[in-house]
Amino acid sequence: MNQLAPNSSQMIVCDGNEAAARAVVLARPDVVSVFPITPQSSLVESLSQFVADGVLGAELINAEGEHSVLSALQGACLAGARTYTATSGPGLAFMFEPYVRTPGLRLPMVVSLVTRDMLSPQCVWGGQQDAMSVRECGWIQVYCEDVQEVLDTVVMAFKLAEHKDVLLPVNVCHDGNYLSYGVSRVEMPAAGLVDEFLGEAAVNWHIALDPARPMAVDPLTGGTGPGGAASFVGYRKSQVGAMAQSLRVFSDIHAEWAERFGRHWAPLVEEYRLDDADIAIVTIGSMTGAGKDAVDAARERGEKVGLIKVKTYRPFPCEAVIAALSKVRAAGIVDRSVSFAWNCGPLHQDVMTALFASPVRIPLVGCIGGLAGADITAEHFARVIAATAQAAAGESPASPIWLNEHD
Amino acid sequence: MPMPDPSNLPKDLAPIATRLSAMLPGDWRALRPVVDRAKCVKCAVCWLFCPVQCIAEKPRWFAADMSVCKGCGVCAQECPQNAIAMVEEDAA
Repeated sequence: MNQLAPNSSQMIVCDGNEAAARAVVLARPDVVSVFPITPQSSLVESLSQFVADGVLGAELINAEGEHSVLSALQGACLAGARTYTATSGPGLAFMFEPYVRTPGLRLPMVVSLVTRDMLSPQCVWGGQQDAMSVRECGWIQVYCEDVQEVLDTVVMAFKLAEHKDVLLPVNVCHDGNYLSYGVSRVEMPAAGLVDEFLGEAAVNWHIALDPARPMAVDPLTGGTGPGGAASFVGYRKSQVGAMAQSLRVFSDIHAEWAERFGRHWAPLVEEYRLDDADIAIVTIGSMTGAGKDAVDAARERGEKVGLIKVKTYRPFPCEAVIAALSKVRAAGIVDRSVSFAWNCGPLHQDVMTALFASPVRIPLVGCIGGLAGADITAEHFARVIAATAQAAAGESPASPIWLNEHD
Repeated sequence: MPMPDPSNLPKDLAPIATRLSAMLPGDWRALRPVVDRAKCVKCAVCWLFCPVQCIAEKPRWFAADMSVCKGCGVCAQECPQNAIAMVEEDAA
């Protein structure tokens, strides 16, 4: 097995699931609870192996299902442990009850979502419908583009979650199949430097199961009794306030990461070849790589096209999205999931909402692709670019465009 | 890290409580159990059945603790002597 050197970075070759597991090793959680599910399984198998080999000194709980996985981590976090798990699709669905409790309890966990399309029809392949289905539960959600970004972001997520102005759980989403099993070269940062970066876990100074500080955790709150409404509103306001703060904190964390480890990631929204662009495509997750290839090809043809990659999706980085879109005359948004309410993708819906809050008025072209493991290739993106150019010329095509409709 | 005193934490950060609030169900009661002391034989059936365990033993009868009794009427239903009547709170 590939042992990690303690004081120097190291170049390895691995897939996204192993990269996430190695990031967890670097973050040194105290408790990891797991239940396997495709396409996350090899991630938790790696973690189990790391614990068995003594590479990761965490307590590993093999729970009987995802509801128990997250419930166990809630108890561990309340007792002061740094905690981690990962899940996908139906596993996330089974986790839902403790999942919705976690942000309100202000428990700073990190949970990877290895995204998978949602049932039914029955499928085991990638798609972002699972993560998108829980986008309004109060978790921070960030989406990764490649395997290196998975590793770096999982480590950074612990610092974000535990920041005193945030104290919220974080989902690091990486696309099932494309990133879970996609293999690439990855630079492992030095463990000692990551220790300095993360510092000691501080997860239960504000809410705890601790005999030295007796308290009731999550007592009955709200209702029409004296002060009930005010106290419930207070907790909710504090929660949405922390979500808003997280954008600034995550940006600071990325800047510190770049300074310490030399890798620069856009924390909220990445602008690619956008400065002189007429039109842009908007992407989320691993599709971004093919999108950048398509932009490069269009540039070679002389078309002024740029790309806007959304990394932080919850909370939605409105200002950064508006700033990027204000540079172009039309945008084509590519979603890897569906908003059943709006006959478009959820990212499209959010971009429309952000634009309405700004003076920017440009036509948007909605595209949905990559469902249930389908490819979104550079050729698909060429169609997105063509449709967006058509919209910029005043002839918006009917939306949504289902990119894999004839594949 | 140093752990702060829970009573000094921001009030709106995480839902915790450090003072006991009894939240007794007596506030909810619409009907109150009234015991006919002449009929009560202290058999303790009401004491056994009361779901909130609020029946207290008196010298010659049993009676509900009104701060806890939620007025469900189980005691009146179960009493073998028909010694308990449920009376509307407002009428009392």
